[in-house]
Amino acid sequence: MKMKTILMGAACAFAMAPAAFAERGSDGQLNIIYWQAPSTMNQYLSGGNKEQDAAALVNEPLARYDASGAIVPWLVDEVPTVENGGVSADLKTITWKLTEGLKWSDGTPVTSSDVKFTWEYCTDPDGGCASSNYFDGVASIDTPDERTAVIHFSEPKPFPYGPFVGASTPIIQKAQFENCVGAKAQECTTENFNPIGTGPFVVTDFRPNDVISFKANPNYRDPNKPAFATVTFKGGGDAQAAGRSVLETGEFDYAWNLQLSPDVLASMESAGKGTVIKGFGTSVERIMINLTDVSPDLGDERGTIKHPHPFLSDINVRKALSMAIDRALLTKIGYGETGKPTCNVLPAPAIYVSTANDSCLTQDIEGANKLLDDAGWVKGSDGIRAKDGVRLSVLYQTSTNAVRQKYQAAIKQWWNQIGVEVELRNISASVFFGSDPGSNDTFQKFFADVEMYTNNFNGTDPEGYMASWTCAQIPSPENQWQGNNMPRFCNDDYEALVKEMSVTGDINKRAELAKAMNDMLMQNYIILPITHRASVSARSNTLGGVDMNVWDSQMWNVADWTRAK
Amino acid sequence: MLTFTIRRLLLAIPTLLFIALVIFALLKLAPGDPTANVPLTVPPEVKAKMREALGLGQPNYIQFYKWLVQFFVIEPQIMIDHFFGTHFADGKLRVISWQWRGPVMDVVVQRLPQTLWVVGLSYVVGAMIAIPIGVISAYKQYSWFDQIGTFISMIGFSVPTFFTGLLLIVIFSVYLGWFPSIYDTTLVVNDWTSFVKQMKQIAMPVFVLALYNAAQISRFMRASMLDNLNQDYVRTARAKGLSEKVVVLVHVLRNSMIPVVTVIALGVPGVFGGAIITEQVFKVNGIGDMLIKAIEANDLPTVQTLTFIFAFLIVIFNLIADILYGILDPRIRYD
Repeated sequence: MKMKTILMGAACAFAMAPAAFAERGSDGQLNIIYWQAPSTMNQYLSGGNKEQDAAALVNEPLARYDASGAIVPWLVDEVPTVENGGVSADLKTITWKLTEGLKWSDGTPVTSSDVKFTWEYCTDPDGGCASSNYFDGVASIDTPDERTAVIHFSEPKPFPYGPFVGASTPIIQKAQFENCVGAKAQECTTENFNPIGTGPFVVTDFRPNDVISFKANPNYRDPNKPAFATVTFKGGGDAQAAGRSVLETGEFDYAWNLQLSPDVLASMESAGKGTVIKGFGTSVERIMINLTDVSPDLGDERGTIKHPHPFLSDINVRKALSMAIDRALLTKIGYGETGKPTCNVLPAPAIYVSTANDSCLTQDIEGANKLLDDAGWVKGSDGIRAKDGVRLSVLYQTSTNAVRQKYQAAIKQWWNQIGVEVELRNISASVFFGSDPGSNDTFQKFFADVEMYTNNFNGTDPEGYMASWTCAQIPSPENQWQGNNMPRFCNDDYEALVKEMSVTGDINKRAELAKAMNDMLMQNYIILPITHRASVSARSNTLGGVDMNVWDSQMWNVADWTRAK
Repeated sequence: MLTFTIRRLLLAIPTLLFIALVIFALLKLAPGDPTANVPLTVPPEVKAKMREALGLGQPNYIQFYKWLVQFFVIEPQIMIDHFFGTHFADGKLRVISWQWRGPVMDVVVQRLPQTLWVVGLSYVVGAMIAIPIGVISAYKQYSWFDQIGTFISMIGFSVPTFFTGLLLIVIFSVYLGWFPSIYDTTLVVNDWTSFVKQMKQIAMPVFVLALYNAAQISRFMRASMLDNLNQDYVRTARAKGLSEKVVVLVHVLRNSMIPVVTVIALGVPGVFGGAIITEQVFKVNGIGDMLIKAIEANDLPTVQTLTFIFAFLIVIFNLIADILYGILDPRIRYD
């Protein structure tokens, strides 16, 4: 009898075996390569995307954006809205209720005090937290019980999903970081390298700027996940080598951010080991036009709104510059399948996309020439247009980057054809994007006539992004040249729209406002968008479950990744 | 000899302090911002807070003084604590990187083994190949062996390592699949299989660097041998009836080694410095890779510490080369 039971049991075990693929850790090892290596596991201290993605394996927010851009509950059972009573009618409080039985990887329960602590940690004035702007407007957080966190805003928040939603604001454990608040945040090396989280993996070994080893979190809320037992998160090298290691040699399973020329990617993919995946987020390569005079003779008032630009303040010149650009051709050379020509500085999500400016997609050199002729800009003997002694001669700056220099060369040619002289300049990215107020070469100081770079916004709500072009955001000596309004655009109608959006809750009304703002910027030709850029990654053909997400971390659903058999 | 050594050592102190000051000043004068790599979605005022938290607001002389104390007082204390279990440095602030907010020296210790494995081994291999090639090339000057040797060293000299490295990756990793194209730092060598794996992953970088080193050293060796082969003492040795083997390998080789040993000794700091380009090509996370990333990220404490360590090694190995000179050649005495 006993023997029979044992045999039966063994038979059952064998019969069950094929179903065992859904078990935690059954798929072995996962290899991820990021050619920019993460330098810390505490993304609050770095703000970089690479740190954010590495940390996404360990620390999670209350809710995230899924691949379609919708907000999905993550550590909670449902996303609070006005309809379900989670957001108060006056839009001043939002109540999050944690899922029951959540545990940190050390086995202790996750409570609302951890949520409150994360806010305190990130808003400490001496901490240097990179996500502190997500907590703007949070007045206090109440924790009526272990599972409930109530966030109070000082003003009505039509979009209350800033704090604790998305990859930028995950929850950290109070017990671990309690003594690491403020100035001490920088010194807590052990904590910053080995955070305790709720995510599918825990750090076993962290080597800064090199490699991170993870193992499956034994206390992860879904007992069958993650499918991988261990993860190696390798950093370093260059985009080409990372692409090669996934697409050609198959040493790695997932490679991030492959900014490579379209033909290189295609030839790598043809090796048949992996697939290039892409997703269009909100990144737009754009040319910013300076409305202020940057002549060095102006001394301290150089590049301030006190002195309008000698010729770029003429809208006809700005419009002609835009008309002369062949956006489709540029995009094809520079990005191939991973870019789309665009006429909007707000290119996504779909609900916010305007179609009012699409005429810019066709190049019109003749029209541009005519426009300038009509406006009184006459070609001189050297082929350069001038009016009242002012020559159309622009200094065009950008960061050092192969694709950007290709763009510069092509655009220079087209602008020459409409009688505009162009001087090109490229600046090392670490200087150009740096914010050293002592350097004259930063993109914020903008001591040039036009400049080109890519920008985007996190999440799906464009309110903060569209507010970049208000008068208060103009970089100037008074604010140490900090600010997002590079063109130095200042318009009362635009201010009114920004203000209206900050108090409007209805999504369709918000979309209308965002479109109107986008159109105003476009039709003033102070920003010339060129290419809507996709995020590009590569995954091995044996890796299943990857769902490319441009609204959140690319590692957002790493718990669901599996080894395809 | 001893007084000479002591005098040189004492002279090294002001030299090194001056070097430290120059490095610091250069880094401070160079434009750059440690938060430049933070995405544009982070607002400028938040970035300003982040810079402040890194201590960038302090006056320069305080930053320099702090680094001096941290590097020369606290880091050695940490080392003593580590080896003897003492507690001199408890709670004191070490040289902290702006990238990972952790001690710079911890990562140097983490990175050093990779650099020593790859760059060190390539240096040893390179020297071991170069010396016989140099000897034979000189002894049989203008023979086919000499011609081929010269040709190969010219290739090794003139073709940059980023080209040979990529070529090897394309051939051996992509087409043949023999070697990995990305170095695995987490590999622990504890048995035969892991040892084979380690050999496989260092094969290509070692080959690339060994070719370069061998090219350089073999040229020196050949030239030095040629100088000696025509000397009177060689003719005397032959006239005494000594065998050709003894003449070349004992008399000529020993004398020819004097300048070559100096060249090799002066190259050793370069080993610790890592081969920046080769480490990048093969993704070896060594010291060179650490330095280049720190420069890109404007991580001043790390760049300062690493460049200073290199400066220190160069000064020390210069001294060692000088002393070796005296030992190898009894005619040279400094006192």
